[in-house]
Amino acid sequence: MTAVPVLRLDRVAAGHGKTPLWSDLTFDIAPGEFIAVLGGNGTGKTTLLRILLGQLDPAAGRVEVLGSPPRRGNSKVGYVPQQHTFDRDLPLRGVDLVRLGLDGHRWGIALPSRAAKQRVTTAITAVGADSYATEPVGRLSGGEQQRLRVAQALVADPLMLLADEPLLSLDLASQQQVCALLDARRRQAGTAVVVVTHEVNPVLPYADRVLYLAGGAWAAGAPDDVLTTETLSRLYQAPVDVLRVRDRIVIVGTPDASHHPHHELRV
Amino acid sequence: MFSQLLATHFVHVALAAATVVGILAGLLGPFVVARNNAFAVHGIAELGLTGAAGGLLIGLDATTGALLGSVTVGVLLGVLGLRGRDRDTATGTLLAAGLGLGVLFLSRLHTYATTGFGLLFGSITSVSDTQLHRLLLITGAVTVILAALWRPLWFTSVDPDTAEARGVPTRGLAVAFPVLLAAAVATAIQVTGVLLILTLLVTPAAAAHRLTSRPGTAVAVSVAVAVVAADGGILASLQWDAPTSFYIAVFSFAAYVFARIIGRPELAR
Repeated sequence: MTAVPVLRLDRVAAGHGKTPLWSDLTFDIAPGEFIAVLGGNGTGKTTLLRILLGQLDPAAGRVEVLGSPPRRGNSKVGYVPQQHTFDRDLPLRGVDLVRLGLDGHRWGIALPSRAAKQRVTTAITAVGADSYATEPVGRLSGGEQQRLRVAQALVADPLMLLADEPLLSLDLASQQQVCALLDARRRQAGTAVVVVTHEVNPVLPYADRVLYLAGGAWAAGAPDDVLTTETLSRLYQAPVDVLRVRDRIVIVGTPDASHHPHHELRV
Repeated sequence: MFSQLLATHFVHVALAAATVVGILAGLLGPFVVARNNAFAVHGIAELGLTGAAGGLLIGLDATTGALLGSVTVGVLLGVLGLRGRDRDTATGTLLAAGLGLGVLFLSRLHTYATTGFGLLFGSITSVSDTQLHRLLLITGAVTVILAALWRPLWFTSVDPDTAEARGVPTRGLAVAFPVLLAAAVATAIQVTGVLLILTLLVTPAAAAHRLTSRPGTAVAVSVAVAVVAADGGILASLQWDAPTSFYIAVFSFAAYVFARIIGRPELAR
């Protein structure tokens, strides 16, 4: 792809003080690419997203989102958060949640608009959420909520989609469905997709490239090049084994996983 | 007797005051419930009491004092920008400290008992024309500001992380909302008193949330319940001798119980 990059990171560092979270990160993303950002807790994955959203300034280096410095509220950048629980009685239906993604940031009161309604309906149909779109979000399953989240992020027609742990606490089938939705979008509309995740396997069938953050270092490239015993051992400076079991990848021995009772990288 | 009272000026003023306060409280209620801010409302109200008593002590009137007291704590809570348990603890601490001060102020007033009772439980029937005009001014201003902030405020109340990612000024709104709340609380003190603020600012919205899943309808129901409870409370206290705020609390609570019983049965899955 020779198109202008959607995202350009040039020797970027994050964090403050003497020990940056990561540094010298140079990485471009082209339109329609599907990027998985992997790594344990505290390795600066969410910090990277916050820099791209314009919520944080990098400690060093240059960041360009669609040719300009990142800025808050860029409508060309969509955002999918991790699934969280809504109050069961919250008066907010699926359609209302998606509508917030279209114009929830504007001042004043939302006036009835046929065009807006049409866009919301289209976005909901695209993720296959029509049958429960008028139910209150607090009563929907995690998977249903995350489908609506994808619609909420896509309703404003972004050129880049940032997803922060969108698969967390979803069952396997829902994880696969959400990944397939993101993949369909980038194929149909050329939206670049950046997914920050602990869950390696659901995104692997779709990821063009992987950005792996660990212990202040990073590695980027095709999944088969990065997710290897050699690369990850070098990255962690410790013996790490990458095993292929059937069609799944299992990563064993990452130092950050040993600090946590639950595996950092769920496989 | 009832119809004679209905024709008197003070009843008209009281009904007008109760209506505007009910509208404002009903509009703010869904935000309070969505943001899980009931305890903060209570804290702001009790600090309103301190402000009112302090105001009277230095020669201001109760509403101005209440406004100063509750806006101060509103700003404080907003600037601290706390979430969850931390916020409740800070609110409780502020509330207790402020109330202690309020007791001191009240004890220094000559009209200790009546003033104290009025602030705690409301004194809607003693609203003067001047007070009504100021009430209209405050509620009008708050309503206009609220309308301007409506969408982003709702966005950050129900979906804070995505709202922030979309560029909603969440920190600014976290300060603005408690200030609006404080202004509403200061006006509502006159109607329900400090201790029964929640009956207009939380109960109607809680009832509405049980009855509908549409945000717009929820706001309408919340306003309707608050206005009917406030005005109904006044009328009932004219007919059957008991304090106005008692009846307001009864009506508002009845609406909530009703909503819990019949509310959204199709959703009980």
